[in-house]
Formats: sequence, structure tokens, C-alpha cells
Amino acid sequence: MSRYTSATDADRRAMLDAIGVGSVDDLFAEIPESVRLGRPLDLPAGMAEQDVHEHLSELAARNVDCDAETSFLGAGMYDHYVPALVDSILSRSEFLTPYTPYQPEISQGGLQVMFEYQTAISELTGLPVSNASVYEGPSAVAAAAYLAKLETRRGGLVVSRGVHPHARETLATHAAGYGMTVSEAGLDAAGATDVDALAALVDDDTAAVFVAQPNFLGTVEELGALGEAAKRTGALFVVAADPIPLGILEPPGALGADVCVGEGQTLGNRLDFGGPSFGFFAAAERFIRKLPGRIAGETRDVDGKRGFVLTLQTREQHIRREKATHNICTAQALNALAGTIYLSWLGRRGLVELGELLLRRTHYAREAVGLEAINPGPVVREFAVRVPDLDAALARARAAGINPGYRLGRDYPEYGDGLLVALTERRTRADIDRLAAVLGGVREGAPA
Amino acid sequence: MSVDPRAGRETETIYEKSVAGRRAFVAPECDVPEVPVEELLPDWARRGEPAALPEVSEPEIVRHFNGLSKRNFDLDTGFYPLGSCTMKHNPKLHERVAALPGHARLHPLQDAELAQGALELMFNLQSALGEIAGLPHVSLQPSAGSHGELAGLLVTRAYHEDRGERRTKVLTPDTAHGTNPATVTMAGYEVVKVGTAPDGGVDLDDLRAKADDDVACLMLTNPNTLGLFDSNIEEIAAIVHGVGATLYYDGANLNAVMGISRPGDMGFDIVHFNLHKSFTQPHGGGGPGAGPIAVSERIEPFLPRPQVVRIPSENGHGPRYNLDHDRPKSIGKLRGFQGNFGVFVRSYAYIRSLGAEGLREASETAVLNANYLRALLAAPEIAEHLPIAFDRTCMHEFVLSGRGARDRLGIKTLDIAKRMLDHGVHPPTVYFPLLVDEALMIEPTETETKETLDEFAQIVAAILAEAAEDPEIARNAPYTTPVRRLDEAAAAKHPVVRQPAATDS
Repeated sequence: MSRYTSATDADRRAMLDAIGVGSVDDLFAEIPESVRLGRPLDLPAGMAEQDVHEHLSELAARNVDCDAETSFLGAGMYDHYVPALVDSILSRSEFLTPYTPYQPEISQGGLQVMFEYQTAISELTGLPVSNASVYEGPSAVAAAAYLAKLETRRGGLVVSRGVHPHARETLATHAAGYGMTVSEAGLDAAGATDVDALAALVDDDTAAVFVAQPNFLGTVEELGALGEAAKRTGALFVVAADPIPLGILEPPGALGADVCVGEGQTLGNRLDFGGPSFGFFAAAERFIRKLPGRIAGETRDVDGKRGFVLTLQTREQHIRREKATHNICTAQALNALAGTIYLSWLGRRGLVELGELLLRRTHYAREAVGLEAINPGPVVREFAVRVPDLDAALARARAAGINPGYRLGRDYPEYGDGLLVALTERRTRADIDRLAAVLGGVREGAPA
Repeated sequence: MSVDPRAGRETETIYEKSVAGRRAFVAPECDVPEVPVEELLPDWARRGEPAALPEVSEPEIVRHFNGLSKRNFDLDTGFYPLGSCTMKHNPKLHERVAALPGHARLHPLQDAELAQGALELMFNLQSALGEIAGLPHVSLQPSAGSHGELAGLLVTRAYHEDRGERRTKVLTPDTAHGTNPATVTMAGYEVVKVGTAPDGGVDLDDLRAKADDDVACLMLTNPNTLGLFDSNIEEIAAIVHGVGATLYYDGANLNAVMGISRPGDMGFDIVHFNLHKSFTQPHGGGGPGAGPIAVSERIEPFLPRPQVVRIPSENGHGPRYNLDHDRPKSIGKLRGFQGNFGVFVRSYAYIRSLGAEGLREASETAVLNANYLRALLAAPEIAEHLPIAFDRTCMHEFVLSGRGARDRLGIKTLDIAKRMLDHGVHPPTVYFPLLVDEALMIEPTETETKETLDEFAQIVAAILAEAAEDPEIARNAPYTTPVRRLDEAAAAKHPVVRQPAATDS
């Protein structure tokens, strides 16, 4: 008997009799011999549950996770504390095991969660409409480009070099299908998007302009000025934002962004070696009928009771097919639930407090390491420094049980000696001081 | 008359429960100098008004979301024969192993030598999926089936461009999932529909007429969305390959043929898997999933990067695993990092639990269960109202037409589906595929018992018998659910998609 099935020999006999065939093999008679495998799959034999657990535990033990070192590694995903109530609620089968809510009468829980999620994302981004999630951050950027194509029918995309390298590459991959071209605006000497360089790339064929807030280096971008340059010829201004700093930063929607997308991992989701997390997608009101993916909306039932449904479905692939606003079907509902719980836990004041703590620790750490800053202006969450003899410094850090951050040269040859250091509420002043010491900062220990 | 103090509260949003001054989060101590925010952030960057998140305590949050959970139906509670979605049991072991800190707390940019367990797991999963597909080269990166489809068409585009060819059209059968044509447009191609033959398979004459040098790809599911295996598959492959196009396999229906027949052996060049269907990732109410693709040798150079590679053992050390970014012909990245690793852990655990024999038995049992239920629903008192769309042995699912019920009982497929809700089962997929009038698409999966299937057939019979007496009962169903039929037209006409912002007076 295969695992997780329950048909006994007697069941099988009775079922085959009811079908009117002699054997299970007969059910496959329509598959031509020539395309049958005719041998067992070349896979290891099945195992008992405890043996699978053992095997997976052994594999997991060969990874150095964020509990096993003091990690300042970020660059798109961050080691935030996930409160226990997220685990508790996500483990409920009523959230874990249903499909997409196609039958709203028995899916009110999931649909209301989507509605509350959309509200939270709308609040964070300062934009009035949000969908119920997309896959993750970089592909959300690519989804915004598709909206811009549908909206403007233009062929150019301009992206700041301050946007996550994975998002820029993902954008280029998708642009090949969209029939669009991507050009890149560089960073200035202070690690912020060069607004003049960006303005020079924007022309009458520009469909959308992309910047990040904060940018990949942690620089707080001057969105107002960038948006003005971006929108001069009617292109959409798209901001890829980190949602936690949005607690203290002016929301993109208030600074001219038409669309705000981003990676939602920091909102109550685990690192999981890169996924699953969720992407968020919020936009100005006029794009509501062009958004990708699911959207929950409020309505009433026949008795006048309040309820929620998937709405504006005529945008979507299962109705519109080749004319759909995106092909996305399954998205990241459970991860978006984690985000909704997390933001409810932080609450109105908590998000600000967390943002301010991050802001202060980021500035403290940049000063403490005492190295030349690539982005010396306002930073939050992350900062970049030049580290003399980077290889040796990385080795010293490793030996001290510290993962000091991301080697910028992997994506930015111009910052070959650059190190990107990320902070969360889990990295204490003592951790930062240890990092500073090992990087050979001018001051060991704490400044006053 | 007593007043229920909780009346209406069950639909209150967390925003409506918010009371100024309440909180759940206690910030860690600020252990660095408390420099005023104004000194660290210029005016133009600072947020004026805090985001209006709710103000609630932890006990309230728990009650709120637990209350919401009770307004959901789910697979662990009851039968969920949603066609094309493969709602099979989600093994509980998988949640435990996915949550191990070595998996859950591993940063995606950790150095490869410090993530050997994760990379080995991904490599092993790639190998297993390649074997199951009969196509050796696998990218785990796509985030869901539709993302895998996009990957498949983008590698097709890159493959043809590498040969100096520009092709403009992609063929999809008229039975295709909606994601197929939507993906075709996103990948920059024009959709050309291929008809269905009277036996439910691809209309070969129509295919021959439409297959020309401008066609980049044919996207197909086999078994198709009618639950039928297309036994002309080799001829279809020959026609498609004859014009230099690729043959794409939508893996939504792979649960029928694991270990029995492989897409690669059928002639497919590219396959996507839905790890949230055949490979037990819980669906989460709409994700997360994962949509890896497997491809043939000629498509391999174009796969997304990075790829997980194994470096054979040397000097007595075991094999090492690495991420290979150096793939000059690759289409590039489709998303950040390496994909939905947490999903890979669960699907890998599933494959190791079942092994070759177990996977084959899973598919055999899925097909047995579907055919048994098909036979039960062929009872005359049911079949006269819900005739099967194509009367053949099915694979893992089958499609009934509600035209009999509509014409003779005056109830639509939607009414039957809604009445099922009162019987505590999830309805089948309805109104798909489009070419079947009033369609009900039923996929029981292998993890259901014979008793459950018997009971479902009795429910269908009872609904039809009841409608013969009084069709109004089904027309107004459901009655026992948290809400009854909802006004979707009103929701779309005047969309309310967020809690209205509080107005300060």
C-alpha cells in the first residue's frame, strides 16, 4: 500500500468490479506501449516517516543558518524576529490546506484576510489599491512593467542601478517576452540614484521608471525628485520598497509613485533559503482594472450579511485568457497571511518603533565600523562600506562566528571592495560592536 | 427579545476592532544612542502620519484569526474534488521538516559551502523531477505553474533566437487552462487555438493545418483537462517537431502518470510541475506553490540561472554542490534567489517517503479512484442529469455536463455546486473546461477512501432527487454556510478593496 492512500485489496477489487475492468492496468490501456516507462522510476525506495525525518534533519544540519552565526547578511531578505503567534495561526489547517477561494461561501476567512492584507499594504505604500499578493519581490517589479506596457503601450523601461540586482535581471528576463528594452541609470558618488542620469534616459517611449526605497545599498532615495524626472513624459513611476522602513519613510504614494511593489519576506516570513515569501503590488486607483492577480472585495450576501469575494475577475487568466492583465494564478496567500498577522502584531505604533530602532542601529553601525562609507547620506536597514583587504576581513569575521554581510562586488564591479551590512532588531549593539572590531574599524567597542 | 451581543462581530475586520492605545508588540530595548529621528532623516524623507495599522492586543489577534479560520473550509476537514487542482493529503511530516532551523532560518545568500545541505536537497529534487519527467535538466526557480509556463515559453524564445529564428505564434488547445493563453501573450506570442476531436483529444487535422514555420510551441496537458489521455501524442509530437516548434507539457495533470508514462518519452521538450498539486505542498488558500521546469538537452542552455550543480568527489572528499551563475545562454532570472525552497523541502520529503513504487501507486490509485467515482456517477438516476462529457476510461479526473440538470430539472451547475456546500464537501471545478456545457470537473485524488467516494455519489444523487421535487432548494443554496450567495456583480461594480480610511473630524 502506498503512503497516504487507503485502498485495500478488497476495496480495489470492489472498485474495479464497479468500473467493469479486470485490473488497474486496464485503466491505462489508452496509453500506447511506446510511451510507457516499462520500468520502475530510478529513484530511491520509499522510507518510513522517521527515516525521512532523519534524512532531512541531516541535510538541514549541514547548513549554517542564522541561529548558528551572527549574521549581518541581508541584500533582499532579512533576519527579523517572527512572533510565535504567526506560527500558531499559520499551522491551522483552515488556512494551510484550502485552495484558492473559488467558493466564497466557505472561504470567508481567507477572503477577509486578503481584504485586511490589502488594507495594510495600501496603508504602508500610501496607494489606494493593492492586490492579494504576487510571487515575491523581483517578479513583482516585472509585473509592474507589464502593467506599464498595457497602460502606456510603450516599449522602454528605465531602472535605477539602486534596484536589487535580482529585480533588474528578472525585469530583463521578462522584458524579452514583453518586447521591451531596459536601460539602467547609475548611482551617484553618494550611492543614491543619479537623478540627472535617470532623467536623460527617460523619453517618449518610456513606459515605466523603477527605483528602490531604500535602495539596494540602504540609501534613502529622494523619491520626489526622482518621480518628477520619471513622469515628465508620462511614464509610470514604480517604487520597489522594503515595507518595514515604510513605517518611518514618507510613503511612495505620497511622493508620486503610480505603483509600489516589493518583497514581503520581512513581514513575518521566514528566510527559507529564499522562499516562499510574498510580493506586494499596490497602485493608484486608476489602475484597479489592470492589476495582476487576485483582489478581494467587500459585498453582501442574499440575506444582507457582509461578506467578501474575489473581485474584478474579468482581469484574470481564467476569464480573460490571452487578454488577461497577467498570467498569475496561484500566488502566495499563506505568506501574505503571515504578513497580515505580523503587521497587526506590530500595530500602528510598533511599526514606527521598529523602523526607528532600525534607523538608529543602521547609523550607529555605520559609524562604529569606521570604514569609508559608499553611501554616507541617510540610510536605513543597510549600508555599504569599502573594506581594505576584504578577503582577509571576511575570513576574520567567519573565524569569529560572524557573517559580516554581502560582498557587493558580486553584482557591482565598481564596488569591488564593498561590503553591504544589514541590520534588524535581532542584531544588538553588542553584535554590532563585535562586527566593528573584526572589520578593523577605527574604534573597537562602543562610541559614546 | 434577546440581543446577541456578538451579532455582526464575526465579520468585523481587525481594523474595526482597533482601539487606540492597545498593542501586542513590545520593541526590544534601544541599546544604541537615541539620536532624534530628525537628525538621521531629512524632512523630505520622513513619514508624516503613521500607517493606520490596527491597535490590538495579542489575545485579540489570536481570537480574530482563529475566528476567521473557522469561516474557511479546508482539505483537512473534508472532501475537496476540485478538478485540475489535485487536492491530495498534505503530509504533516512536511511541515515539521520545513520548519527545521537549518531550512527555515537559512539565508538565501549564505555561501555555498555553508549551505551544502540545502543545495544537495535541491540537486536531489532536480534529479528526481528530471527522472519523473523523463527530461534530465531541471530548473527549480519558477514560483508556480503559470510562472513555469512563462519560463517554458521564454526558453523556447531563446532557443529559436539562438538558431536565428523569429516565430510569432503559440498553439493551445481550446481545452487549455486559462494560464496557457495568458502566458502566451506575456511571452510575446500570438495565441492560435487548436480544436478538439470528437473523442476529446487534439484535432490532428486542425493541428496540421495550423502548424507552420511561424509556430514556436504547442502547449498541451496530457492527460488533458477532460481527464483523457491523448493516445495520438506521438503523432502530435511529430507534427510539432516537424515544423521546428517545441512541445510544452502543462504538468497540472501529472498526478495521473507518475512512474507510468513520462512526458519526455511522449516527445515533450519542456514540462512544468506544480509542486502544490502532485507533490503535496499545502495550497495555503492560494499559494505558495512552486513550478519547476524540466527540459530536454537542446533546451538546457537556456534554463534560468543559477542552476544547482554537483561537483564530483575528489581526494576522498564527498561531492560538493554549488550554484552555477555562469550560463551565458540562460534567459536569466525569473525571480529573486533560488526559488521557493520551503516548497522544495516538502516535495522532496514526499518523493523520499514514497519512492518509485509509491509514486506509481499514487498515480494508479488516483486513476482508480477517479474511474470508480465516474462509474458511481454513471448510475442512470445521476447520468440522465449529469452525463459524462466524453464516455471513455478517464485518468485522474473526469468532466460531467450539467446540461441534463439544467434542461430537465431547471437547476444549473452552479446550483448543484452551491448545494454541495450544505453537504459539507467542496464542489468540483465548475464551468471548466469551456467546451463542455455546464461543466463539472471532478478529481478525487488517491488519498480519498472508497467510503468518501460512495458518500459523494450519494450526495450528488440526493441533490438531484431533491431538485426533481423542488428545484428552488438548490437554486437558493447554500443555507448552512457562514454567508450565503454573495453579490459579486455589486462587488465588481463599486469595488471596495480595503478598509475605508478613518476620517478625522
